[in-house]
Amino acid sequence: MKSILALTVNGRRREDLVPDNMLLIDYLREVAGLTGTKQGCDGGECGACTVLVDDRPRLACSTLAHQAAGKRVETVEGLSRSGRMSALQQAFHEKLGTQCGFCTPGMIMAAEALLRKNPDPDRDEIRAALAGNLCRCTGYVKIVESVEAAKGVAP
Amino acid sequence: MNLLPDFRTLRPATAAEAAAALAGAGARPLAGGTDLLPNLRRGLGEPAVLVDLSALPDFTAVAVLADGGLLIGAGATLEDLAAHPTVRNDFPVLAQAALGVAGPTHRAAATLGGNLCQDTRCIFYNQSEWWREGNGWCLKLKGDKCHVVAKSDRCYATYHGDVAPALMVLDAAIDIAGPAATRTVPVAELFAEKGDRHLTLEPGEFVAAIRVPPPSGWRSGYEKARIRDAVDFPLAGIAVALRRDGDILAGLRVAVTGTNSAPLTVAVPDLVGRPWDRESAARLADAVRKTSLVLKTTVMGAKYRRRVAQGLATRLAATLWAAG
Repeated sequence: MKSILALTVNGRRREDLVPDNMLLIDYLREVAGLTGTKQGCDGGECGACTVLVDDRPRLACSTLAHQAAGKRVETVEGLSRSGRMSALQQAFHEKLGTQCGFCTPGMIMAAEALLRKNPDPDRDEIRAALAGNLCRCTGYVKIVESVEAAKGVAP
Repeated sequence: MNLLPDFRTLRPATAAEAAAALAGAGARPLAGGTDLLPNLRRGLGEPAVLVDLSALPDFTAVAVLADGGLLIGAGATLEDLAAHPTVRNDFPVLAQAALGVAGPTHRAAATLGGNLCQDTRCIFYNQSEWWREGNGWCLKLKGDKCHVVAKSDRCYATYHGDVAPALMVLDAAIDIAGPAATRTVPVAELFAEKGDRHLTLEPGEFVAAIRVPPPSGWRSGYEKARIRDAVDFPLAGIAVALRRDGDILAGLRVAVTGTNSAPLTVAVPDLVGRPWDRESAARLADAVRKTSLVLKTTVMGAKYRRRVAQGLATRLAATLWAAG
């Protein structure tokens, strides 16, 4: 069974005919063509698929596309402006917060959610906000440093 | 991971519509989806209809009542609950339990009602479909034998919800909406000690709201043991509410999770009317041991979980006794 899904993705309104049982991650990657959001464990354990729904972090692999109806969904593609990386993305680049890069979109979206709620988090708050995001390269020190470097910088 | 089964989703606007939809064959309620959807991806259930409760009126509100109690919509997220100033100040056990669930991204979506109603878990159940098929299925789903207790005629899958024991020591009640009138029951009565049918909800019924009475002098806390400090379910979780009157213990309530097929109130022996001391701790540990039935349902051995449940209970009670 399919029905119309109307929502905002990265600032643009969309309407698509979407199956009731389609996951948000499949909608974003397959229908909207936004492959920045990564499918990691695919079971709600690793955080690689983290996107923002109405400014809150959300696991796209454990959310139905229709649960985002009428809401604002943001993926890592939505952070850059006119082809320029956001301050947070720039910080991950400069502070080597990215190794293989697979967890990076989820890390950045979880960190973005934190910085919107708390623009000046301390190290423990950053670690707590990223507690559900796994990095198999284990580059956690650099990831936390990247978020610290981005705080207070205009997005 | 499997594809999701080919279900329809409904989003009723009233509790009556939700109850009617949930009374239909193969219907399951959906709130945050953090427990249900990954389970469905593993082939644990094949619902025909998911009833998304998120559009129900007042479903997400956390209201502080005039008497100091709480009326919490079942759709309130664990993140909202853990951050709510009144919950943190007056009902710390509830804030600590909510904050202890999974990771921050789960808590932003997961709801109080969904947390209470989460499925029971077992190392022979929370596996992929091909793994379970290769193992000959199990009593909880599709099979006729229990791999935890051979020759058992009941399922011993374990309830690992963190918030239920917190609500139990707060003496909270649940508003259960359904096709007939809404009924209000103590939190413990939502559960039955059966791994494959651990909720007492009738067809069409769903958890609508939670009522927490005023704190009136009770101190409270929640502690859980887990393998990692984030994301993991409790190997054992203990909620304690304690009332101290000078040098006298005036009240003690303890509930345990992660040990049995339901969260259970520990039948605390008569420890009130005198100070908390080492003998009280030993008697409480013994009561926790008698209440819990820990079996090999997690990757961690049962002996450790048995002992850690007792240790958490006595440490938490002593901490609350000593505080202030």
